[in-house]
Amino acid sequence: MPEFEPVITARWGTESADAIDGYLESGGYGALRTALDTDPGDLIETVKASGLRGRGGAGFPTGMKWDFIPKGGDAPVYVVVNADEGEPGTFKDRELMERDPHQLIEGIAITAHAVGCRTAFIYMRGEFLHAARQVERAIAEAYDRGFLGRGVAGTDIDIDVVMHRGAGAYICGEETALLDSLEGRRGQPRLRPPFPAVEGLYRSPTVVNNVETISTVPHIVERGADWYAGLGTEKSTGTKIFSVSGRVERPGNYEAPMGTPARVVIDELAGGVPGGKRVKAWTPGGSSTPFLTDDHLATPLDFESVQAAGSLLGTGAVIVLDETDCVVDAALRFTQFYAHESCGKCTPCREGTWWLTKILHRLEHGGGRLDDLVAMQDIGDNMLFKNFCALGDGAVSPIHSSLKYFRDDYVEHIKAGGCPMGERPAVAAAEPREAGTTGVVELGEVLR
Amino acid sequence: MGVLSEELRARADELVARYPLRRSALLPLLYLVQAEQGYVSREGMQEVAEILDLTTAEVEAVATFYTMFKKAPAGRWLVSVCTNVSCALAGGRELYDRAVEELGEGAREVTPDGLFTVEEVECLGACDQAPVVQVNYCSYARVDPERLRALIAGLREGDVPAPVTGPKPAEHAATSRILAGLGDDRA
Repeated sequence: MPEFEPVITARWGTESADAIDGYLESGGYGALRTALDTDPGDLIETVKASGLRGRGGAGFPTGMKWDFIPKGGDAPVYVVVNADEGEPGTFKDRELMERDPHQLIEGIAITAHAVGCRTAFIYMRGEFLHAARQVERAIAEAYDRGFLGRGVAGTDIDIDVVMHRGAGAYICGEETALLDSLEGRRGQPRLRPPFPAVEGLYRSPTVVNNVETISTVPHIVERGADWYAGLGTEKSTGTKIFSVSGRVERPGNYEAPMGTPARVVIDELAGGVPGGKRVKAWTPGGSSTPFLTDDHLATPLDFESVQAAGSLLGTGAVIVLDETDCVVDAALRFTQFYAHESCGKCTPCREGTWWLTKILHRLEHGGGRLDDLVAMQDIGDNMLFKNFCALGDGAVSPIHSSLKYFRDDYVEHIKAGGCPMGERPAVAAAEPREAGTTGVVELGEVLR
Repeated sequence: MGVLSEELRARADELVARYPLRRSALLPLLYLVQAEQGYVSREGMQEVAEILDLTTAEVEAVATFYTMFKKAPAGRWLVSVCTNVSCALAGGRELYDRAVEELGEGAREVTPDGLFTVEEVECLGACDQAPVVQVNYCSYARVDPERLRALIAGLREGDVPAPVTGPKPAEHAATSRILAGLGDDRA
């Protein structure tokens, strides 16, 4: 394996890179100049050829999404950045925006040029006060230096970026709920088709891309589609930020090539489980992706391999539970999350998450019975793929996967009349990382 | 007499002008009401409805959907404790209980001195810093019971500790002003 260089986290080690002078010093906005000299159609072809796929969880090919925008129509085209990161376990977009906000702005400007957009919006999670501050400052600096606004970088192309904050609702990370929220409504998913590329924001053609996805775009423009396609695996190209948390020595964001085995991410990058304990369960991509076990640690973390192992790559949020942790409790807490965040539009999701919470609560706290396991499986079956959006499907992930791999744990809970695992030690409190340091370690060593 | 001050009423027009359609300014305007009142009152919603040419019911339907709009007066310091799995593994649930206990009467609504509101929240996107506590949306990392006590004591005495990144938190109403999109002079 060749030496690996981080791509989108490369500037995290440089403290000044979050402001425009530091960003320019490190070659920033060079890709934008290149892009503005390039035909938009060629830009779309480049991103297609790079194989870049959406980093918000679904993994849809980015270039194809851009290409779906109708050409030469009268309606304005919008680019909307999904910065509403909320999938439990995921914290990559926040750190990308805090440490390298100009990379995102440059990516937005390139994307806007590629799809013929004049006004782009950033839908920022409301609770991300500092990330928003960093991005707002970057927007102001970019206007000031002529990288946004009228006549971008001396061309006759105009690009505006508007920051918009959410107000506390996980569902708004779902792209059509996000658009409704941006239009000043309750964030509830829309029926598709029509897809946003045809009828999105204000019923105009709209591209919605995740922060990590857009942050990758300048690098593809700068170094070429072939270079990017050469990273990662054949079908999951490039690099991915893995957010590792839970029972590991060094929780943090780690950028690695797609296809890096889970064992490398957990043991080498994040330092493994403290005290040499065994990994019991882990999620490859946040709470919405089915649990896997220590039997799956050889799984390469790319879209295809994780799916073949029975889960989903999702956002690349690796949450690790060790042998002292209770999977029933974790499933309960995730399910409480979905019950709270279900927007209530679709009955299977609204009712299913509520009933699952009740059942899991009695399994964990006493009063559970064997029938409950059948009921949970059944409720899950009745929720899966029966809603407007994927929130309900995500809610089934911890249910079905915990029943599949940890049925014995459930049975023990029923026999014991509640959780038999007793008090579990909290993760030891360590000093938080200093600002300006980075979670990226020397991957070349690790992968060789 | 409206809810919004003359200044904020003028700023509301600025916010509306940022969008191709007026209604998009609904969330920002609700934050403006919160900046004025510390929460979103019925009168505030009526005023927002008038500005955007919506019904009060339409505005209320939106305001009640989002957790960051407080429907009752909140404390000067909104203490949000994450108890989702990565934080729970690090003691987040115990930390929440401790915060409620420490602040005593009214902790979940607003303490009698008007200083604090404690809430249990979902994943804050900072799981590497678990357990995470936010004060007016500024994050404090790896908060153990001792750090929680020091944080609360600092807020009480007007000596606000520095969060893990960025400047110290502003008070809740002033934070709502930032959230409305009126700029962040603490940067």
